[in-house]
Amino acid sequence: MTNRILGAAAIAIAATAPIGAQSAELRIGFINSLSGGAAIIGKHQLNGWMLGLESEGWGKNGDMLGGVPMKLFTGDDQRKVDVGLRAADKMLKSDKAHIVAGIIWSNILAAVQRRVIKARRIMISTNAGWSGMAGKSCSPYFISTSWNNDQTPEAMGQLINQDGLKNVFIMSANYQAGKDMANGFKRYYKGKVAGQILYKLGARDFQAEISKVRAAKPEALFIFAPGGMGVAFVKQWAASGAGKNIKLYTVFTVDHLTLPPIGEAAVGSYHTNYWQPDSDRPANVKFVKDYMAKFKSMPSHFASQAYDAPRLIAATLKKMGGKFSEGNLLAFAKAMRTTPYDSVRGSYKYNVNGFPIQNFYKREVIMGADGKPTIVTRSTVFTNHIDSHWEKCPKKNRYPAQVSAN
Amino acid sequence: MGQLIFETVLNGLQFGIFLFLVAAGLTLVLGIMNFVNLAHGSMFMMGAYVAAWIFEQSGNFLLAAVVALPVILLLGIVIEYLAFRTIYARDHLDQVLATFGCILFFNQMVLVVFGAESQEFKLPASINFPFPLFGFTYPFYRLIVIIAGILVAVGLYLAITRTRVGMRIRAGSSNRAMIGALGVNVTALYTIVFGIGAALAGFAGIMIGPIESVESQMGEEKLILAIVVIVIGGIGSIRGAFIAAIFVGLVEISGRVFMTDILRAILEEEFAQTAGPALASMMIYILMAAILFFKPEGLFPARTG
Repeated sequence: MTNRILGAAAIAIAATAPIGAQSAELRIGFINSLSGGAAIIGKHQLNGWMLGLESEGWGKNGDMLGGVPMKLFTGDDQRKVDVGLRAADKMLKSDKAHIVAGIIWSNILAAVQRRVIKARRIMISTNAGWSGMAGKSCSPYFISTSWNNDQTPEAMGQLINQDGLKNVFIMSANYQAGKDMANGFKRYYKGKVAGQILYKLGARDFQAEISKVRAAKPEALFIFAPGGMGVAFVKQWAASGAGKNIKLYTVFTVDHLTLPPIGEAAVGSYHTNYWQPDSDRPANVKFVKDYMAKFKSMPSHFASQAYDAPRLIAATLKKMGGKFSEGNLLAFAKAMRTTPYDSVRGSYKYNVNGFPIQNFYKREVIMGADGKPTIVTRSTVFTNHIDSHWEKCPKKNRYPAQVSAN
Repeated sequence: MGQLIFETVLNGLQFGIFLFLVAAGLTLVLGIMNFVNLAHGSMFMMGAYVAAWIFEQSGNFLLAAVVALPVILLLGIVIEYLAFRTIYARDHLDQVLATFGCILFFNQMVLVVFGAESQEFKLPASINFPFPLFGFTYPFYRLIVIIAGILVAVGLYLAITRTRVGMRIRAGSSNRAMIGALGVNVTALYTIVFGIGAALAGFAGIMIGPIESVESQMGEEKLILAIVVIVIGGIGSIRGAFIAAIFVGLVEISGRVFMTDILRAILEEEFAQTAGPALASMMIYILMAAILFFKPEGLFPARTG
């Protein structure tokens, strides 16, 4: 009897002993807005993220990512700060995640990053480009595979200068990001502002505003109207006939998510973006082809930047020889900022605050050969564009200490 | 400037007529059945979704509108029969909870069935082109919305004042217990009223879906505006809803267009830019508070008018 108990105890102890030979498992939490308003962005981000993992040979928990077994946890923040914090806490405490990735909305990033960085884990943004993160809240534990909020409208201001327009009307949604967009635009735009409207966030009927824009007789309209607002606006703009005399320039309004429901009405409008959907770079061609094959729709920039994140992680792990130290995630985070990888946007460098220094392009919506509107790249507006907040990032939190754009 | 004022009045009129379509059903159900139906906005959303779906299959807008309307009428009747019939006798808080649950159900259901993306619902160019009007262009489809809305308003007015069902509805709104005692089948009458209410919301969704964006949760904001309209107009009064809707439409639209400019005359530019939109979005609520102060029952209380 005693022998049997001892035997069982021995087996039990053996089973709990650590298996020394294997390298540590990497645990990643991916948080996104998968329900609630604008769930479509979350869907594209998750699609891109999973496809990126797949391109690195990872299909299920325990598969290798960059030579390290990886376990994935996913969470839904429902576009609410408190829900996002709860998801992050679960990942940090019970799942013991090394990396928390994802996050679409700037206000959620602002809250979640603090927890993650305080726990000395790595925070990767695949979308939210909160300016505080680029400035005074910057941290070497943070990295972005998207952009800083201001960069895209800055490129728009520059583009309108390049297009020789000197009298532009500005419309944006009345909330923080909307004001940031207008300010980012004005930072580069040199001409006259014909008028400015801050419309109600969530608005769906813009006929009143369109009448006002038309009465001001500008050369062009610059508008920021993400999601359903943009769908409604662009359709109404076309139906009003205002586009006959006024050119339409947008940011985060017309993209591959909103183009199908907007349709023909968007043809002839311009926008700026860091991603060239029609680039013939091999990584991009493969991404677009694989995405279309798997999800039966054109990917968006939301998908492309989420696709890049796991590829950057894998490239960094490979560079570190398939090893990483749980106790020193800072070394891993820093290595991510200097590891070249095969991004769908082409190679780019990281600024001292973890935001990409990247090109921005002028894109136009044209009627495709198949009778459906499509987005093409027209020209490069900015080469290696640096965000305008990095100087506010405290010196001790900068990595690398200095960056040259090329 | 003159043209902008004219356009703004036209925009306000169009917005007001659209508001009337949403509010008419709500005021009927609340006024006659004393039933708080927050799911009214969901009927609006379902109208847009069903029409968008039929339009996608057939490519024919008229067919989509004509088929979607009875579908929503039927949907309203089914929901009334399955869910709401059992809670008429409960107090308003229970009704709010139950119908709020319906909002969550429908919002999630369209996500599951149709996906999270906004639906493709694009008007054919034959009815949605810039229509020349007194030296400027106005979207032709919005003129159709104005005409259709006025026709519905007239039709509803005639139905309620000139038909037997309308007479019962009016009687029901005056004294529920009495018409039951006189042998009118109140249960059936309620089902009809609820169905008509749902169909009106659905019609608004069908008309406005292609202009705006067909997506989950599109009904909630309209519901809030509709509640403002019926409170101003007097709960249960179709005439009140019509006048209040036009009034709210004009105030809302002109506030959005002119408020910032008006403030600019008396305030600094920076402050006007911030305060203008804020004040414009509060206008209709200020208006509502003012009207309730002088006429607590609304402009046309149903029991007297």
